[in-house]
Amino acid sequence: MIVSLKKVAKRYTRGKETVEVLHSLDLGIEQGDFVALMGPSGSGKTTLLNLIGGLDRPSEGEVVVAGEHIDRLSGAALARWRARNVGFVFQFYNLMPMLSAQGNVELPLLLTKLSAAQRRKNAQTALTVVGLADRARHKPSELSGGQQQRVAIARALVADPTLLVCDEPTGDLDRKTADEILGLLQTLNRDYGKTIVMVTHDPKAAEFAKRQLHMDKGTLVPGNMP
Amino acid sequence: MFKQTYAITVMNLRAIPQRLGTSSVIVIGIAGVVAVLVSVLAMAAGFHKTVANSGRADRAIVLRGGSQAEINSSIARDNLLTILDAPGVQKDASGKPVGCGELVTVVNLPKIDDGNLSNVTLRGSCPQLPALRPELKIVEGRMFQPAVRELIVGAGAAKQFAGITLGSHIGFKESDWTVVGIFTTGGDAHDSELIADADTVQSAFRRSLFQSVTALLTSPDAFDGFKDALTTNPTLTVDVKREPEYYAEQSKQLTKLLNFIAYFVGGIMAVGAMFGALNTMYSAVSARAREIATLRAIGFGAGPVVFSVFAESLLLALLGGAIGAALSWAFFNGNVVSTLGDNFSQVVFRLTVTPALILSGIWLALFIGLLGGLFPAIRSARLPIIDALRAQ
Ligand SMILES: Nc1ncnc2c1ncn2[C@@H]1O[C@H](COP(=O)(O)OP(=O)(O)OP(=O)(O)O)[C@@H](O)[C@H]1O
Ligand SMILES: [Mg+2]
Repeated sequence: MIVSLKKVAKRYTRGKETVEVLHSLDLGIEQGDFVALMGPSGSGKTTLLNLIGGLDRPSEGEVVVAGEHIDRLSGAALARWRARNVGFVFQFYNLMPMLSAQGNVELPLLLTKLSAAQRRKNAQTALTVVGLADRARHKPSELSGGQQQRVAIARALVADPTLLVCDEPTGDLDRKTADEILGLLQTLNRDYGKTIVMVTHDPKAAEFAKRQLHMDKGTLVPGNMP
Repeated sequence: MFKQTYAITVMNLRAIPQRLGTSSVIVIGIAGVVAVLVSVLAMAAGFHKTVANSGRADRAIVLRGGSQAEINSSIARDNLLTILDAPGVQKDASGKPVGCGELVTVVNLPKIDDGNLSNVTLRGSCPQLPALRPELKIVEGRMFQPAVRELIVGAGAAKQFAGITLGSHIGFKESDWTVVGIFTTGGDAHDSELIADADTVQSAFRRSLFQSVTALLTSPDAFDGFKDALTTNPTLTVDVKREPEYYAEQSKQLTKLLNFIAYFVGGIMAVGAMFGALNTMYSAVSARAREIATLRAIGFGAGPVVFSVFAESLLLALLGGAIGAALSWAFFNGNVVSTLGDNFSQVVFRLTVTPALILSGIWLALFIGLLGGLFPAIRSARLPIIDALRAQ
């Protein structure tokens, strides 16, 4: 089990009001799985994804990812853990506008002990995997949305993380481009054995995954549990 | 840690051209502060240097007791003889004491650059002047003669005022004076004066008293004996000072004022520039909130992010400081400035923008940059990652 959540609750406090966004949630994901997380807006998909990716901590329960009780890690330890174990793909790509595709992909490698030459080589390999080896010198502003998302995927996988976490990776792309990106994720899962958790609103996108989970009002809908 | 910090810092610095407007707030603000501070301090330094050059330890100035400056003092003709007869006064070849009773009056002359009338000191001295002040050298023309309305003009004054070239005639109070010589003293306060014979000045300006007596002593050690003789003489009520001591006292007020301007005005401007820097760096941090959150999500620590904010604000501050210092150096170094001395006459001196002044300007710039970057850097470290990632 690469992801294991037990009785996880998440509450946000704003002023005097406390809202519980996730209620006593259990979830297990096996290594090599590709999970699509669906559900209406506000149902808590991003919140759950943030807990799995170690960006946030649960209010209750335990979150074990890649063998680590990440709910017990301090901020700095959690950041180091993320660097080693998680690759993030965001809806709006979140590339650094001043860096080239190559520079963006090299960013996570700055957190490793690799030499500059190794970093360059690994980034080139990652760009080749996403089919953008010829765009290495381009700035994000010189790339289409689909190409930017490919760069973001290359950045997410360059440090060879245990888990890829994608929040609506095709939310801002047209159908054709979205299918290409989803095909790429599928390849990464099938041929490279990457475990992927992807949030999406789009049923067509969810079909690319091995398994679909549905959320509603802060819980996983039982009918869809494996 | 270093390579992360370096990478983020370089990335941020390369984005500066895109935020040129806000970034230039730091640069321009700090350039202004440093330019003002360095210029005013250069003025103070130049003034101090001019005054510190005035006077010799073996020359004494005698004023009426309790009068701080020549302008407030008066000494009767009888007392002049008593003073010059005191022990310790140097005698010339003919046995006459080397010393002069002097008086000063203020006259108006048009300035060369704008034609406006401004105050100049006209000093009445005596024929012993060359022996009394050997540093005073006639560079053009000759010395004034007693009993005729002739005067000599200091080189500093000659540079600043119109109508006082060699051979010019100047009218003061219905009296007509001829410029017969130009002198230099090597840049002390007398360099910006006009000097004539004391008796002639007294008669032309209808005055009968002297204001000071300056005497050359046989040696610096003779001062104490000279002073004791005068202060214990019951017929005299005088203050006796060595010249350097006297000039240092005279310059204290203006040096104080210049320092006050430098630190007070400079301080207010510095606070303004600091808030400008603060604002710029806050906006830089919030413009980059998403980038920062993404870096943190990838696993970058708070340290490199914080440091890069400091690095950016320090670099912009350094640029501003360098521009400010360069401006003050380019515009003011070596400039001749005249200012109202304590006796309400012009003292001409040179602004000296020294490396030490430039360095203190740069330090101030860095200090402002550091303070301006502090809170934005803290904010960048505390940025809640998930909220910043959510924001569109
Ligand atoms: N920082 C926060 N403070 C308070 N409430 C929050 C915060 N973050 C999220 N919420 C609330 O938690 C609930 C779940 O949010 P979440 O973003 O996880 O939903 P989602 O399923 O990802 O929705 P969407 O499909 O619109 O992205 C929402 O009601 C949201 O308003
Ligand atoms: Mg969401």
